[in-house]
Amino acid sequence: MTALAALIRRDIRIALRAGGGALIGVLFFVTVVVVMPFALGPDLALLKRIGPAILWLGAMLASLLTLDRLFTADQDDGSLDVIAMSRTPMELTCAAKAIAHWLAAGIPLIVATPLAGILLNLDAQATFAVMLTLLVGTPALTFIGMIGAGLAVTLRRGGLLLAVVVLPLSIPVLIFGVAASNAAISGPTPFGTPFSILCALSLVSFVIGPFAAAASLRQGLD
Amino acid sequence: MKLIDLANPTRFLALTERVLPWLSALTAILLAIGLYQSALAPDDYQQGATVKIMFIHVPNAWLSMFVWGVMSVAALGTLVWRHPLADVAAKAAAPIGASFTFLALVTGSLWGRPMWGTYWEWDARLTSVLILFLMYLGIMALWRAVEDPSRAARAAAVLTLVGAINIPIIKFSVDWWNTLHQGASVIRMGGSTMDRAFLIPLLIMAVAFSLLFLTLHLAAMRNEVLRRRVRTLQMMQASNQGA
Repeated sequence: MTALAALIRRDIRIALRAGGGALIGVLFFVTVVVVMPFALGPDLALLKRIGPAILWLGAMLASLLTLDRLFTADQDDGSLDVIAMSRTPMELTCAAKAIAHWLAAGIPLIVATPLAGILLNLDAQATFAVMLTLLVGTPALTFIGMIGAGLAVTLRRGGLLLAVVVLPLSIPVLIFGVAASNAAISGPTPFGTPFSILCALSLVSFVIGPFAAAASLRQGLD
Repeated sequence: MKLIDLANPTRFLALTERVLPWLSALTAILLAIGLYQSALAPDDYQQGATVKIMFIHVPNAWLSMFVWGVMSVAALGTLVWRHPLADVAAKAAAPIGASFTFLALVTGSLWGRPMWGTYWEWDARLTSVLILFLMYLGIMALWRAVEDPSRAARAAAVLTLVGAINIPIIKFSVDWWNTLHQGASVIRMGGSTMDRAFLIPLLIMAVAFSLLFLTLHLAAMRNEVLRRRVRTLQMMQASNQGA
C-alpha cells in the first residue's frame, strides 16, 4: 500500500513539474474552448446551448493529449521496467498510475471549468452541472485511455494510434456526460438517469482498465 | 523455435487446401440460390421493392458482429493458450469484418433514404455500428503498427476483448433505446414475426454469407501463414548473411 501511495505521490509530482504536461493539458482545454467561438461565431445564445458539449469535447481531447505521457515517460527513462519488476501486481500499479494521472490532469480541468464556462456564457447552475458530470466522468476517460496508453507504449509514434484506438471506446462517456449536463440545465429529461449511467461507466472502466492496461504492458515489455 | 511453431500451421495449410475448393463451391451455390430466392420474394405491402435490400443488409449486419465474436475467441486463444493459429485467425478476420460492417452501413444507408427520408440518422443502432467500424479500423492500424507479429497479436487481442463490450450494446440498442431503426424481428421470444416468404430467403442468405466469411477467412489465414513463412525465411536469410 505504501508502495502504491509513493507511486501516486511521485507521479503527481512529476506531472505537475516541468515536462510532465498535466498543466499544459489545462491550457489546451482552455484553448479549445477559446477557439470554438471563432469557428461557430460569437453568438452567445448558441454558445450557451452547446456549451456543455464544447466543455466535454475539450476535456476529452485534453485527457487524450496528456494520456500519451502516462507510460511513455516512464518507459523512456527506464523506470517502467523497475515498476514492472517490483512485487506489486501490475494491475494495482496501473490503477495507481491512473489515479495519479486523474488527480494531476483531471482535477485541474474541473477547476478550470468555471473560467471556460464564463467564456461560453454558461450561468452558475450550468457550470456546476458540467463540473459535476466532469468530476464523475473524467475518471472513465482516464481508465479507458490508459488501455490505449498501455498499447501504445512500445510503439514509435504511438500517440496518434492512441487517439484512434481510444476515442471510439470513450464515445459512451461523452454521450452520457453531455446528456446529464443538458438534463441539469434545460432538458425535460431527469438528471438522475444519465448521471447514474455515467457513474456506472466510470466504475466499469475502473475494473476493466487496469487489467487490460496491465496485460498490454506485460506483452509490450518482454 | 519459429520452425516448431509452424508445425501445426503446416497441417492447417494441408487441410484447408483440400477443404477450400468445396467450401467456395458450396458458398457460390448457396449465394446463387439465396439471391434467386430474394429476387423472387414478393414486394412488401409498405416498403415495396426496397425491402429486398434487407436480404443483403441483414446478413452483413449479423456478420459484422459475428466476426468480432470470432476475433474475441481468437484473442482468448492468443492470450490464454498462445496458439499461433489464433493470431493468424484474428488478424485475417479484421479486414473481412470491417468490409461486412462497411457494407451493412452502406446498404442500410441506401435503404434508409427511401424509407426514412435520410441517408444517415444519429440513432443508437446506426451510431454503434459506425463505432464498430471505427474499432475494426483501429485494430487493423494496431496490427500494422507493430512489426513483430506475435507482439502485435497480443496487443490486438487486448483491444479486441475490450472492444467486445460494444457487441451486446449494438445487439440490444434497438431494444434499449426507442429509435428509428426497427426492433428485432427474426430471433426473438415467441418466434419470428416475419412472413415465411421473406424469412426463408433471409435465412438462406444468412447461411450463405456465413459460409462466405468462412471461405474468405480460411483463404486469408492461408495467406497470412504463408506471409509469415516468407518473413521467417527472409529473417533467417538475413541472419545467415550477417554471420
